[in-house]
Amino acid sequence: MSEPAFHITIDGVQIAARPGQTIMEAADEAGIYIPRLCDHEGLRHQGSCRVCTVKAGGRSVSACTQPAAPGLVVENETPHMVKLRRDLVEMLFHEGNHLCPICEASGNCELQAMAYRLGLTAPSRFPFLQPTRPLDASHPDIALDTNRCITCGRCIRASQDVDHKGVFGYVGRGIHRRVAVNGPDLAHTDAAITDHAISAEVCPVGCIIRKRVGFRIPIGEREFDAALIGEEIEEHRDD
Amino acid sequence: MIEDRKPRIATVSLAGCFGCHMALLDIDERLMALMKLVEFDRSPLTDIKTFTRRCDIGIIEGGCCNEENVEVLREFRRHCDVLVAIGQCAIMGGLPAMRNAIMHSDAALRECLEEAYITGPYIRNTGHAIPNDPALPLLLDKVYPCSDVVEIDHQIPGCAPSGDIIFAALTGLLSGKFRGFDPHLIRFD
Ligand code: SF4
Ligand code: SF4
Ligand code: SF4
Ligand code: FES
Repeated sequence: MSEPAFHITIDGVQIAARPGQTIMEAADEAGIYIPRLCDHEGLRHQGSCRVCTVKAGGRSVSACTQPAAPGLVVENETPHMVKLRRDLVEMLFHEGNHLCPICEASGNCELQAMAYRLGLTAPSRFPFLQPTRPLDASHPDIALDTNRCITCGRCIRASQDVDHKGVFGYVGRGIHRRVAVNGPDLAHTDAAITDHAISAEVCPVGCIIRKRVGFRIPIGEREFDAALIGEEIEEHRDD
Repeated sequence: MIEDRKPRIATVSLAGCFGCHMALLDIDERLMALMKLVEFDRSPLTDIKTFTRRCDIGIIEGGCCNEENVEVLREFRRHCDVLVAIGQCAIMGGLPAMRNAIMHSDAALRECLEEAYITGPYIRNTGHAIPNDPALPLLLDKVYPCSDVVEIDHQIPGCAPSGDIIFAALTGLLSGKFRGFDPHLIRFD
């Protein structure tokens, strides 16, 4: 591999970065985890959830879209950033209907795992919005429980860019922005269980449900039962 | 003057399933150590129904689904120095809160009661009426988390919380050193 072109500093640690890398990509390679929800390996960056917000050169930027630049000084795991991220994640919980004890994504859910990592346990200052949202179980192999959708757009990008289908899209604006299927219901789209957009890794929460596989993995063996989200990246930190 | 006495704990189950009280027993033999440190006042564990004295810690299982829950919760706030909500029901409504929104209805409570007592395919309710006895506490329009009704000092997450997180919280609170949880212990299920 070629020599690193330059260095950036994250929380006082100097790491190597190459031209064209985002702050997050450089951090990942150095074993420094920056929390994320809308960004996903293999999909184009969207920069919408802001959970990856860092202070870079004194400005708040999303680490998944901001290019690394020579000498950039980045604040990642400071109390201020952690609090900001915790508030964002809390609002995602409050905007939808997240009943973890009955959710088949529980234990494998990135939103929930992020709440654990950020220590989301204090009594809430935000109201629970408890929206009335539909469940679409029309498709023989797939169900959508939009109560849990965090509008990260990962399914939209996976369907468009990987499956070349466009099954999912955004509708509405602002807090009313939702993810919808391109048809009257999921059964009337060309969605298939083999789509990348439908694979277990794309939807970070329990909105896209693959029928007949729920609750197969016993408690204790699920993705985030043993380790916190991000620890897989921190494992190969070299300092 | 500081009284030399054991800290007093009170507990109650509101709109919960008693699973969180069962979970208190999941701290296993550490329960013996805990029992040496504290005294239980009003609690289903002692069967004491009203406060005999002011308590140091009040532990609340379940949220508020009826007017009696609200009254009891307010009483706990008045009689306890520190109020701890235990479990997802107390923290965010939990399973009973399924009646709030995901009935996909504009009148979720009515639809819930009608399905439970009148239209549901498995009911054995020959009167086909929604219970309406004046002795029953009135249901609230929604199920509310405890922190919507009174000020809550701490929350122990889980459904039910593990023995480990309960023990960590209680020993931390009793020693005055509680500074939040080890993230590895946090679970919402
Ligand atoms: S999607 Fe995640 S956060 Fe939401 S209910 Fe399911 S497990 Fe909980
Ligand atoms: S369905 Fe899942 S992947 Fe798609 S936007 Fe909602 S949360 Fe994201
Ligand atoms: S949080 Fe779970 S275990 Fe505790 S009362 Fe509610 S349903 Fe029962
Ligand atoms: S991960 Fe960067 S904005 Fe969502």
